Amino acid sequence: MLTVKNLTKKFGGFTAVSAVNFSVEKGEILGLIGPNGSGKSTIFNMLSGVHFPNNGSINFQNQELSGLQPQSICELGIGRTFQIPRPFKRLTILENVALAGYFGNQNVSKSQAWSYAEEALHLVGLPSDPNIEIATLGAAGLKKLELAKALATKPNLLLADESLGGLDHSEMDQAAEMLKNIRKELGITIIWVEHIMGVLMKVVDRVMVLDHGEKIAEGSPEKVSKDKKVIEVYLGSDAKEIAKAAKR
Amino acid sequence: MNNNYIIGLLTLILLSLPFIGVTGYPLHIVITILIWSFAYTGWSIMGRFGLVSLGHGAFMAMGGYITALLWNYYGLTPWIGIPIALILTAFLAIIVGYPCFKFRIIGHYFALVTLALSEVVRQVIIATRDYTGGSLGYTPEPHGEGGWSIYALQFPDDRTAFLFIAVFIWIIGILIWKYIDNSMSRYALEAISEDEDASAAVGVKVTREKLKITVISALITAFAGALYCQYQMFISPDTIGGVGISLQIVFAVVVGGIYSALGPTVGAIITLLLAEILRISIGTARVCVTDDFCLNASGFPLFIYGIMLIVFIIFLPKGIVGSLMDFFKNNSSKKIKTEN
Repeated sequence: MLTVKNLTKKFGGFTAVSAVNFSVEKGEILGLIGPNGSGKSTIFNMLSGVHFPNNGSINFQNQELSGLQPQSICELGIGRTFQIPRPFKRLTILENVALAGYFGNQNVSKSQAWSYAEEALHLVGLPSDPNIEIATLGAAGLKKLELAKALATKPNLLLADESLGGLDHSEMDQAAEMLKNIRKELGITIIWVEHIMGVLMKVVDRVMVLDHGEKIAEGSPEKVSKDKKVIEVYLGSDAKEIAKAAKR
Repeated sequence: MNNNYIIGLLTLILLSLPFIGVTGYPLHIVITILIWSFAYTGWSIMGRFGLVSLGHGAFMAMGGYITALLWNYYGLTPWIGIPIALILTAFLAIIVGYPCFKFRIIGHYFALVTLALSEVVRQVIIATRDYTGGSLGYTPEPHGEGGWSIYALQFPDDRTAFLFIAVFIWIIGILIWKYIDNSMSRYALEAISEDEDASAAVGVKVTREKLKITVISALITAFAGALYCQYQMFISPDTIGGVGISLQIVFAVVVGGIYSALGPTVGAIITLLLAEILRISIGTARVCVTDDFCLNASGFPLFIYGIMLIVFIIFLPKGIVGSLMDFFKNNSSKKIKTEN
């Protein structure tokens, strides 16, 4: 479904992502992990059109994505969430999602957009009451809203950027279940970027590990958690956590 | 109370004015207020989304001058001249707007670019004084004898005819405002004004939406400029263009209410009445503080405007109409709560 070849991004003299290759199959959940500054978000921003790659190609359903604007990429069926939720505070929750439903799909009527929004809100477990303001949402609610906005654009591929940062443990498990559920019900392919690996390992089919902009490992959660390089990068508590999670 | 009833009622009252004895100077004030209200409504259509343009004086001057020049030099009726002026204004709006939106010139920088636009158009009018009369102003040639002519869109000494035109376009302005308020573009523009990246990520075509609203806004303002010219039969760079008029537009809308359909109209009523009162009561008198220290009082209205603008932005950022609406809304919601 998505094939990325030789993807490279430089910011001045700093190479944020260097010659990364990977692909995603339809219906798969791919985990993308790595320490801070390893290039995860940069890859995301290139996939969603915020940054243009310096080199390499991104092929999505036989369409070249590099060089396209974010709104065109959204139109092609890639939805994204932001690491830090970016809701539109002057609109209500329902309006936020309806906006995504209307502009993220082609030739949609206003009422259709509103029903897309209600569906998406239902799926993430937020109320679809038309009068609820953004200010009533907490950290978990805002993450859910991000997800609902992305889902309302009816994506084939969902890019979920560190969607669990700032949540407590039960909220994290809940959110991980939600991503699983989204794939099951809508058949959406997901790339999930995450710091917190315990939860991620339980849900994803495959993991790709980045460090200093390079891919250092790829494979099933079990295989990756035993990989020497990965353990080196995640020295300490995280490595044990990954191993524990992968065994479960 | 429903907004539509208020507007309907206002229309009826306005249309009946000439028949209940309102003529001459008072009627002139009403027509002027309506034409400016139309221009102000045009500005607020984009201004409410944080697209603060200080260049609408340029659009207004384009509307007035192009229509008048085409009439005087080519005998082209305003019925064709105004559409041509509007098309050229749309071009100007796109030429200035497209690079601004493409390269993300927003906020203060957008205001500065448009401020420059006001001055550029004013300077062009002054530089081409052989054709436009420069800063002395310009008058469309009266049509034939007596001058009353639908063909030339000139109705000298017949304020009633112009009142009908002014009421008509005023309503059109309000309807466009309401149409946009109900459209999905409104949500898109609200979102864009907060976060362009996040808007683009959910599929909003940021540049296109901003350009659309800018062109609509510029067209309304240019139309107002053309009608102002046909009504006054005199325009000058300072009466319908330049930075002064651009700021006057912003000021009136802020006072009236930038987020409500009738805000710009209320702003026009307040600022124009204030200007008239100050003009009549002070005129061009000189105010002497001491025997040697005298001020030219013609700047006095500007002084009052400045103070009002500061007070409104700090204490009533939603303007008079917006604040009143909030007040009534709060009162009615309190009532519901106590009933429960």
